[in-house]
Amino acid sequence: MTHIAGYRRPYPGTQPNHLHPPYVSSIKRAPLRPLVRIPHTLTEITGPQFGSESVDPKDCDLTRQHAGEPLGERIVVSGRVLDENARPVPQTLIEIWQANAAGRYLHKVDQHDAPLDPNFTGCGHVLTDSEGRYRFVTIRPGEYPWRNHYNAWRPAHIHFSVFGPAFAARLVTQMFFPGDPLLPYDPIFNCTADEKARNRLISVFDWETTIPEWALGYRFDIILSGREATPWEE
Amino acid sequence: MSVQATTSQTVGPYFSIGLTRLKKVDLVGPGVSGERITIAGRVLDGDRKPVSDAMIEIWQANSHGKYAHPEDDQKKPLEPGFQGFGRIPVDERGKFSFTTIKPGAVPGPNGNPQAPHIAVSVFMRGLLRRLVTRIYFPDEPANAGEFVLNLVERERRATLIAKKNVNQIGTLEWNVILQGPDETVFFDIGL
Ligand SMILES: [Fe+3]
Repeated sequence: MTHIAGYRRPYPGTQPNHLHPPYVSSIKRAPLRPLVRIPHTLTEITGPQFGSESVDPKDCDLTRQHAGEPLGERIVVSGRVLDENARPVPQTLIEIWQANAAGRYLHKVDQHDAPLDPNFTGCGHVLTDSEGRYRFVTIRPGEYPWRNHYNAWRPAHIHFSVFGPAFAARLVTQMFFPGDPLLPYDPIFNCTADEKARNRLISVFDWETTIPEWALGYRFDIILSGREATPWEE
Repeated sequence: MSVQATTSQTVGPYFSIGLTRLKKVDLVGPGVSGERITIAGRVLDGDRKPVSDAMIEIWQANSHGKYAHPEDDQKKPLEPGFQGFGRIPVDERGKFSFTTIKPGAVPGPNGNPQAPHIAVSVFMRGLLRRLVTRIYFPDEPANAGEFVLNLVERERRATLIAKKNVNQIGTLEWNVILQGPDETVFFDIGL
């Protein structure tokens, strides 16, 4: 029988607790009993896999999903999905969603008094390549107000969902922009105790992917949990 | 070289923009074997108010107890019509429902079979990290020896076992209760 090598547990302080009172919505939604730790079994080390049939090549360009071009500053967001052993995670599905340049989401619940953009949906999909690389073209999302506390504004961000190789490696996160003055005030960005872990959510301005006369490049690498050890035969 | 996993963040209130395309509430394609079941329930917060902006994802084996994943090397058949992944949003009243087949047993520690179960991730506004839980089945003799259920205090195990719906054959009820005396058991599997 093959012994199962699980996925590594997070380093202390690098992942948020469920209860984070400055983020008011967590107060009634965070479980209050301790989580029950279970070992990883075949259930946790497997997980849904998606092939090229699940993405259209057009899905990685959020500026070309309508008849006209969306308003705002075009950007290229790219990076790699790696595991904690620095190995690329190939052929994994990334889903992104974001507000438009004015800070408004195409969603019935979003009542922010900022214009919708008929040329922008704010949704993208891409599979990483064999080296774990991905690339989106989009527009820089606007900051937007929310009612968490007085004068609360979310820093500009793009939501990312990554499946990874296994149920145990599934990750949903947000990418922020360097130099955003709202970052120190955002309870969601600041939910993680470890400052370095927090700062890894901030993308890096990237000359290499910046396209002359056309778009700024931002790099955002995503690290998924890695295997504890290679499986061995008992 | 070793690096640390990226910090989790909430899906926020607007996740449907990005995540609806993979919505899947009926997992059973043509020619799939096994007992067809519908599991329905609600997501309730600490005030027992329905959560209207949540989504669950499920992952399970087929009726033979085989996962559609390259690391499952058991000599059991795969079925092209069954991939084992579902993504189920809740409605305005916090209700969800999905149709699948009852999974077969998959191996656990030391190769002993685990009781049939569905792995669940719960996402919503207010959750900075997903919640992970499992759905087990009623009237399943294997539950008594199931090592995961046995890691849970006896009084709380019932939150993990779907209930038969007396009014509707083939329909099970299972809820996600975030807080309170019948708070659902959530697991620490790492991320
Ligand atoms: Fe957002």
